[in-house]
Amino acid sequence: MRYLPLTDDDRTEMLSAIGAKSADDMYCDVPDNALLKAPIDLPSHTGEMEVEKIISAMAAKNLSPASAPCFLGAGAYRHHIPATVDHLVQRGEFLTAYTPYQPEVSQGTLQYLYEFQTQVAMLSGMDVANASMYDGATACAEAVLMAGRATRRNRAVLAGGLHPHYRKVTETSAHFLDIELVGPDSDPTHAALAASVTDLIDDKTSCVVVQTPDLFGRIIDLKPIAEAAHGVGALLIAVTTEVVSLGLLEAPGNQDADIFVGEGQSLGNALNYGGPYVGLFATRSKLVRQMPGRVAGQTQDVEGERGWVLTLSTREQHIRREKATSNICTNSGLCALAFTIHTSLLGEEGLNRLARINHAKACKLADLLADVNGVQVLNDSFFNEFTVKLSKTATDVVEKLAERGILGGVPVSRLLPDRDDLAHMMLVTATECTTDEDMDALVTALREVLS
Amino acid sequence: MTDLSQGRSNVPQGGSQAPQTKTISGSKGLVFLEPLIFEMDHAGRTGVDLPDVEVSSDRLNGQRRTAPVGLPGLSEPQVVRHYTRLSQKNYGIDSGFYPLGSCTMKHNPRVNEKMARLPGLGDLHPMQPTSTTQGALELIDSLADWLKKLCGMPAVAMSPAAGAHGELCGMMAIKAAIDARGEGETRTRVLVPESAHGTNPATAAACGFSVDSIPANERGRVDLDAFKNKLGDDVAGIMLTNPNTCGLFENDIIKIADAIHEAGGYFYCDGANFNAIMGRVRPGDLGIDCMHLNLHKTFSTPHGGGGPGAGPVVLSEALAPFAPLPYVVHGDDGFDLIEHVSDSDAQPFGRLKGYHGQMGVFIRSLSFILSHGSDGLLQASSDAVLEANYLRAQLQDVMSVSFDGMCMHEVLFDDRFLKDTDVTTLDFAKAMIDEGFHPMTMYFPLVVHGALLMEPTESESKETLDLYIKTLRGLIDKTKSGDAPFFKNAPVLTPRRRLDETAAARKPVLRWTPPEED
Repeated sequence: MRYLPLTDDDRTEMLSAIGAKSADDMYCDVPDNALLKAPIDLPSHTGEMEVEKIISAMAAKNLSPASAPCFLGAGAYRHHIPATVDHLVQRGEFLTAYTPYQPEVSQGTLQYLYEFQTQVAMLSGMDVANASMYDGATACAEAVLMAGRATRRNRAVLAGGLHPHYRKVTETSAHFLDIELVGPDSDPTHAALAASVTDLIDDKTSCVVVQTPDLFGRIIDLKPIAEAAHGVGALLIAVTTEVVSLGLLEAPGNQDADIFVGEGQSLGNALNYGGPYVGLFATRSKLVRQMPGRVAGQTQDVEGERGWVLTLSTREQHIRREKATSNICTNSGLCALAFTIHTSLLGEEGLNRLARINHAKACKLADLLADVNGVQVLNDSFFNEFTVKLSKTATDVVEKLAERGILGGVPVSRLLPDRDDLAHMMLVTATECTTDEDMDALVTALREVLS
Repeated sequence: MTDLSQGRSNVPQGGSQAPQTKTISGSKGLVFLEPLIFEMDHAGRTGVDLPDVEVSSDRLNGQRRTAPVGLPGLSEPQVVRHYTRLSQKNYGIDSGFYPLGSCTMKHNPRVNEKMARLPGLGDLHPMQPTSTTQGALELIDSLADWLKKLCGMPAVAMSPAAGAHGELCGMMAIKAAIDARGEGETRTRVLVPESAHGTNPATAAACGFSVDSIPANERGRVDLDAFKNKLGDDVAGIMLTNPNTCGLFENDIIKIADAIHEAGGYFYCDGANFNAIMGRVRPGDLGIDCMHLNLHKTFSTPHGGGGPGAGPVVLSEALAPFAPLPYVVHGDDGFDLIEHVSDSDAQPFGRLKGYHGQMGVFIRSLSFILSHGSDGLLQASSDAVLEANYLRAQLQDVMSVSFDGMCMHEVLFDDRFLKDTDVTTLDFAKAMIDEGFHPMTMYFPLVVHGALLMEPTESESKETLDLYIKTLRGLIDKTKSGDAPFFKNAPVLTPRRRLDETAAARKPVLRWTPPEED
């Protein structure tokens, strides 16, 4: 077996050194009837070439977005990843390191986490960020729990345009901790989102959670909601599922949000069929000790040289056990590295250009689709994703588009299946990867499918 | 898992005795002084070539950004060099022996990386129609099948993103099962051994349970009588790591399972140490109700400096109906994905993360599992246990083994061997770094004083173990020679020497800010 350095001679010699006659002797503490006498009935070991064949065969059964016009979004976005990113994250010293528990030999990891935290804080307009979370949805749930700790209140308001996975993950956590969640229904035709949310805020509210751009692509003005929340001592949690939008949109921190959470997949990370991704989490300095998750901080060594360590660990489970701010033990280290390298390559100008290209492509696509019979573009505002209402059921349309080799959009019913009024709605995204030919193919196919 | 901040001083020592290693450039040979990217900013530089598209009439609802983000401009070669240099300040399993106990730092095969990047897998969108992702669902189902059979359990929840997330999944399933029995108000106490990972009590608390600690006996296992005395009709379950964090198989585990079931509770097993028993013992045969598997430990997916991982949870018949959304089923037209309660014929307790789980991690794990096969996995766990026992046998005359007898895949020492030397576990660990070895886990578990927990894994050659043993024996000799300052000073050959963690926590500096704002 190519991964196992011990030879049979080594094993014999080592067994003798430990005073065992056979491997079974080492398992003397296992109850007799629980020790298996033969390998479990599953296939035997195989060579690298055969493994490649088996997994490549599975890959070949999927329709790759690289070989199909792709307009999918809904919280996961196809962007071009510079070759540099994937090359650097595969350096063994990054890839195969553990959590930086020995800081003297982990300065690489610790410095990039510090750079990541700074980038996330800058993008969101917040003071500080943590070293990342599992994904955007779990970051959202953690933010709601944090707001409860910070305000000592038990009721959170979730705005209607929050991604249903973020809502469900938050509901799941809240259910077990008896936190009450209230909020209006998701509705892409409802323009007055701010009003529908602010009406629910009262002096028992711990936080208001608002996504912008929201599930339907609409860009929300956070300021009036922040004002309403702060008026009763509640926090505003701003959510972004498309971090590239922050290259063009006002930062949540500049709109008085108290906590920012988001999905960072768009920068540096492949779609990976939904994971692993990288949750972004940022907040104000005054709330930092309530913040969950790992965080790197600057310090110096005994020679006075600048260096970095994991810090504020007195919030964490390995010290505080059942009193910790969260049970989280890891972050999404390598995905955070990919995010940081991509963001470093982009820089200020590159990110701004990328965001403008995305918006321009989406504007063009919206105009093209608005001219198709049976398609109605619902959005007044959007970044790179918007909602269309189709003359036929969206799931049927998407299947027919897939048959034509087009990944046409996400039916809203895939996320909100219990709402008949949303069955004809579809989320459509354009990014820098979307070509004019892709748009023409979608328009042509939609004309056929909807005729 | 380790714990840096308990049981020792955080104050760096020995600064005045530091060797003078200053250079003009600040770099030291191949260890470069590397600034932050923000300090390398140069207006006009970029690492990407994107067209300058003007958006004349935007549709941004008046929310267009007015102030710059503040990101620095760097060219591609600068970015490549910067992160290459940072990587050189790191230690990985690719660099050398990494015997971090409870962390299973085994070889990360590169074919796994190649598989995860195949077109049709790495670039697959989670919201594609399932008719276009049959191969991906087949892969998840295939990995699930292996995990169920290796564990002898009927079901597995694939979506948890990490070990601690898997714990959350398992404990939520237990809570949901108890609620379904109508005992949610009364069964609120969870028993957790004092040797448990900190995530265990934190997880129980995150599910609304209270935590009750169970002591260990003199053999490093759960004290069976103390455990039984704590049982009652308010007990929801036990969270037990097996093999436990002392590196020992809980020999009373079946009795523990029987007792907790008799008392009406459930048995959560922390599967962080599954590498010791993979292919040899099935958790299902031990009476376990749920157990998470750290795919990033047992099944070799890279730790990546702290994630991403994946923590699927195998479930018993009793808990399977409560598994979270989503999950893969065999439908009429191939594989299907159940994403909503309305499509489910069970009682899922909710959803744990966005989309369908850590697919990128699943692919790597399946690649590892197929490479090993049933026979290879069995050999791997046997080798892992043999290597740990070899370290125990070759070091027990000079170090203090905490518990006698055969260990599993990791061996626990305490600091009695350092008595009267003025050298602490931390000092000893730091001296190992100068010798080119990553230290073992320090100060965990908490049940012994100054713990040193070593887990070699099956990936190490006998030659590596022998050099490690020789090095440790040499260092131990040195502790006896009265040269404590040598240890207090260590490490001296690293990119940075001991760092001031107290100052970092007292006045946190968590981001770079432009100099004028300092």
